[in-house]
Amino acid sequence: MAEVPPNLPHPNQPGEPAPGPISAAAGNPETAAADQAAGGTTVDPAIAARATAPALEMRAISKRFPGVVANDHIDLSIRPGEIHALLGENGAGKSTLMNILYGLLSPDEGEILLDGAVVEISSPSDAIARGIGMVHQHFKLVPVFSVAENIVLGNETMANAVFLDVRRSEGRIRALSQQLGFEIDPEAMVGDLSVGIQQRIEILKALYRGAKVLILDEPTAVLTPQETSEIFLVLRRLAGEGTSIVFISHKLNEVLEIADRITVIRRGRVVGQADPKTATEESLAEMMVGREVSLVVDKGPASPGEAVLTVEDLTVADDRGSIVVAGASFGVRAGEIFGLAGVAGNGQEELVEAINGLRKVTSGRVVLGGHDVTNDSSRSLSERGVAYIPGDRQRFGLVLPYPIEDNLVLTEYYHAPFSRFGVINERAISKRASELISQYDIRTPSGGLPASTLSGGNQQKVIVAREFSRDLVLLVADQPTRGIDVGSIEFIHRQIVAKRDAGIAVLLVSAELDEVLELSDRIGIMYRGQLVAILDASTAEKETIGLIMATGRAEVPA
Amino acid sequence: MTAATSSVAVLRRDARLVWIGVAIGLIVLALAALLLDVPYLGSFVDWLINRVPPLSYLIVQYAVPIAFGALCGVMCERSGVTNIGIEGMILTSAFVAFLTGAYLHTVVGAPLAAIIGIGTAIVAAMLLSTLHAWLSITIKADQIISGTVINILALGGTAFFNQLLVSTTRLSGTNTLPRLDVPNELAAVPFIGPIIDALLNQGPIAMSLIVLVVFLQIMLFRSRWGLRTRAVGEHPKAADTVGIDVVRTRYRSVILGGVFAGLAGAYLTLEQFNSFQDNMTGGVGFIGLAAMIFGRWTPLGAYGAAILFGAVQSMQLAVRISPPEGDLGGIISAIPPQVFGMLPYVFTIIVLAGVVGRAVPPAADGIPYDKEARG
Amino acid sequence: MTESANPGAAGLNVDATTLLGGGSLGRQAIVTGIAIVLGLLIGAVLIVLSGVIGPAQSFDPTLPIAGYAALLEGALGGPKAIANTLNSATPLIFTGLSVAFGFRAGLFNIGANGQLLVGGFCAAIVGTSVALPFPLAAIVAILAGGLGGALWGFIPGALKAWRGAHEVVTTIMLNSIAFLLLNLLASSIFKDQGATFPRTPDVLPGSVLPIILVNTRLHAGILIALATTFVVWFLLFKTTLGFEIRTVGANASAARYAGMRPAFITILTMSLAGALAGLGGTVEILGITKNYPAEYIVNFGFDGIAVALLGRAHPFGVVGAALLFGVMRAGAGAMQRATDIPVDIISIVQAVILLFVAAQIIIQQLLPAARPKGPVEPSAAAA
Repeated sequence: MAEVPPNLPHPNQPGEPAPGPISAAAGNPETAAADQAAGGTTVDPAIAARATAPALEMRAISKRFPGVVANDHIDLSIRPGEIHALLGENGAGKSTLMNILYGLLSPDEGEILLDGAVVEISSPSDAIARGIGMVHQHFKLVPVFSVAENIVLGNETMANAVFLDVRRSEGRIRALSQQLGFEIDPEAMVGDLSVGIQQRIEILKALYRGAKVLILDEPTAVLTPQETSEIFLVLRRLAGEGTSIVFISHKLNEVLEIADRITVIRRGRVVGQADPKTATEESLAEMMVGREVSLVVDKGPASPGEAVLTVEDLTVADDRGSIVVAGASFGVRAGEIFGLAGVAGNGQEELVEAINGLRKVTSGRVVLGGHDVTNDSSRSLSERGVAYIPGDRQRFGLVLPYPIEDNLVLTEYYHAPFSRFGVINERAISKRASELISQYDIRTPSGGLPASTLSGGNQQKVIVAREFSRDLVLLVADQPTRGIDVGSIEFIHRQIVAKRDAGIAVLLVSAELDEVLELSDRIGIMYRGQLVAILDASTAEKETIGLIMATGRAEVPA
Repeated sequence: MTAATSSVAVLRRDARLVWIGVAIGLIVLALAALLLDVPYLGSFVDWLINRVPPLSYLIVQYAVPIAFGALCGVMCERSGVTNIGIEGMILTSAFVAFLTGAYLHTVVGAPLAAIIGIGTAIVAAMLLSTLHAWLSITIKADQIISGTVINILALGGTAFFNQLLVSTTRLSGTNTLPRLDVPNELAAVPFIGPIIDALLNQGPIAMSLIVLVVFLQIMLFRSRWGLRTRAVGEHPKAADTVGIDVVRTRYRSVILGGVFAGLAGAYLTLEQFNSFQDNMTGGVGFIGLAAMIFGRWTPLGAYGAAILFGAVQSMQLAVRISPPEGDLGGIISAIPPQVFGMLPYVFTIIVLAGVVGRAVPPAADGIPYDKEARG
Repeated sequence: MTESANPGAAGLNVDATTLLGGGSLGRQAIVTGIAIVLGLLIGAVLIVLSGVIGPAQSFDPTLPIAGYAALLEGALGGPKAIANTLNSATPLIFTGLSVAFGFRAGLFNIGANGQLLVGGFCAAIVGTSVALPFPLAAIVAILAGGLGGALWGFIPGALKAWRGAHEVVTTIMLNSIAFLLLNLLASSIFKDQGATFPRTPDVLPGSVLPIILVNTRLHAGILIALATTFVVWFLLFKTTLGFEIRTVGANASAARYAGMRPAFITILTMSLAGALAGLGGTVEILGITKNYPAEYIVNFGFDGIAVALLGRAHPFGVVGAALLFGVMRAGAGAMQRATDIPVDIISIVQAVILLFVAAQIIIQQLLPAARPKGPVEPSAAAA
């Protein structure tokens, strides 16, 4: 792997300022005053360093698990009232570091300092008591409890030794939320509330306990664009009042938008720091991945043929019964890659499930090669040559306790040569398995081992091997490279392009806009359950697409 | 930004009003049928008002062990541990209570022997529930199997020691616990009198039931302990991250649940009867589970369900002792007793089938807590 | 929801893999063997105790040897004893298969007892009315028994598939309903008027299962049981249907994705499991009692759970476990006659064995060879 380029800034050491212009932390009165006292934006580095002593510091933190070094001498320094982004790929070690900070894990080496004093954080209660609050990626809220009950849990306001003081809790919650600029009904049941509001409840939970350092783990992963802007406002307000915020993410554009400083982690080590004012998505990506990342794959022009998949005015409901796909229409032609872009939660999952026969279509049509296949079973679609790579591969794509061999025939076991008259032919299965294992370079000592013994990338290769080795007319790939190491990502991308070049229609769904841009020939953008735009990938501009994803239209109304 | 009001919470409040309305409507209907002498319905209501109350002691007798079993279940499942071994716990504690009373009867005299018997019964049940807790929480064995093991162990164990210690020596039990005497004037009050008489003309264990039900209901929903216990049963990861000790909370709840099972057993051999037969519980633990589900995992609901099930089961005796007037009496007497016996089970299946609203257990019920798991 | 090593399994659904413990067949056998030994040891302690506190009032540490010897003698000493053993094992094979079959599909069939009763009752009724020669009448009665049990398994299966009602509770309820309902029917409509206790009439001779070992009471039920075992094994492991059943049990979401229909599989599996238990009741009625008594109280269903677990939910393992239990049941009477040890001790031993199998972690701590292997490559423990 490439070395850290020598000209990137080193991780902060106390008292040593980063090179380049010193920018005042947003809204921090101390530095602003220091700036003005010094007569402008150029400040004596020593004065600036004293004024911005870290609220939180992690020094040389190391943590090892069997077979992997999750954190390797990591240094992190957060100033009061700063929004500090922790950037890194999946598996880089961000969550481990934060779990250490929050007392869920203990470091093998290194120390943690709060306001300059060394502390030992032994448990989440300890962390909370010291003013560290965490908002997890998967919310820790009890759906059948009220907002108030969730917020006070573990830190209850008591009327006496035994009973809760419900009214006082609710009063405090109302006051706290108003301070942050939004209203909340403490009696509402959390399970009924939207994801964006639930996240605010999680933040309130931390603040209710007097958090001065707030850690947010991938907070925007589940939010709509609207909710993302709203939460950013809340975060700025919090920072303005002196709360330090650690913002963990792998989303480059958001990190550039919200952070005051950025620390980049790769494979357990701090790669360097970045200044959002000067960094670009490319420079951040390069730091994250460690070499020049060509965000463009080597691919020739498409020569699309007939329409293979046509979706006409499709309406689909989610598990609760609400309509999440509201009249989507588009088509995918043979020999082209149609990328479906959009913020998660705009109906893409349900649309893809409906196309593949795993969810009922309320109204509209799905046409495959001239045949109406609306609401056909997934098996009959599979027999027509449709392959589906599911987004949640461990839940839908594999049976982990089963041998790899069985997983490789999971969608084809029921016909010859793998079975005849209902009886399974084990030798045929083994034969096919060893062919596919060598063809797709699946790293395993034996095909008879359970699929759970494979790494994430190899598990995805099993699914790809299984689906790609059939005669296909349509390939539906949902988040094909989520959580996979970069080497495997390129492999899978190349496979997808190869299928396109072989004349197969490809429908690509991905939450990573860059992946969509890189691979697609045409891009459709989903917003609130509809295809609001279909663009030619070669001429589309990323900003336009982002705008449409966020707002549903190409121009901001005047 | 808009306020996060919950329309569903409003609907839920309305639902309660609907239920109250339905209850009032039924009472009005019943009174009308009686006064207007509507055939069948009128004699049924007449029977309910005049003939049943003196027999309400039957209902109480059936309902007490069911209710205690249900309370045990509520304690366990609210914290996230499934317990189908309640049957075995009740059987074991019944036997232990009997043994204690029988042995100490000659040493310390009747009431004291029985009281100590209550204590040993509770201890025995708590030992079994500790075993269940250990298997379910620490060993993370399947909780259904753990409960089944306890049932088989109890059945075999009590029969084994029963044969060795009781049948061959013809050991006889101590006197049953004395009942509270209700003054005759109070018992003579129409309709309410016999009911009060039934409720209060009981031994100490049965009377403690109501107190415990109310106590548990209040504690579970208004105290800090209750909030934390319920959190552990619904979303243990959430509770863990705010510093609640999931393992200890679950252990505590399951072991405390044993107290109720112990009381049920003690009731059977120290208060209702004073002898022990092999497998005398006859499935009362499972009916208790049914009552817990029917009562939506709340103490008050479980108690109400236990009364309902006890009423249904006691009907087979009630119609024989004191049948309704006229044709209705003939019809009801003709219903075989097995039908009444089946009704609690059929009711529970209907509830589970979601016909009368969904029966949703605590979300983490039955899932061992894995601290290391992501999520 | 927390993620586990098998994201497709969740909640009270039986995850057959974690339930039965990981590891190869050899490892499983070691664990089972140790559990049996431990159970017998605790039984021995209790036997000594029974000598102390029982009528004999003597402390005799050699009593367990005499006791177990008498047990083995009673179970295996001579053709009559072996017949007894095999007869005792036969219904357990069926209920064990029934529960094991359910486990494979991720279902907990606690209702084997009720299904057995319904099956036996149907066989009894049909056996009384079909006046065909043997073996035709027997075949018809057996079919009826299977269908009856299938019906009683269909109900909880359908409730689970269509209404989400958990099969543990519904089957427990149906056990009691079955007993009471059949009690009612056997005491009223179908009652044999001339009988001394309430029961159905005796089945006609054409339906009775023949004795297969002269001078004993060993009936053909054991043969039917062994044949059924082979059929179940073949179905589960060699057919596409079995593949689908096991996939639904291992990961229902992936099963749907792969084009299988979990709801249909659930209903089919519960019905088949019910049929298996129903066959157990059938052979008991047609081979031993020859009628259905109104107060037919048996524990085969619950013992079937123990047998299925001990046998690792594998058909051949079920046969082994059923034979073990059969030995214990058949020998217990002889043991009590010879040494005054109450028969119920074998229930205790069985419960203890089951406990150690369920808590195999204890055994695995004691014996590293019994531990299952972990993943070959370390999965990303840190994100």
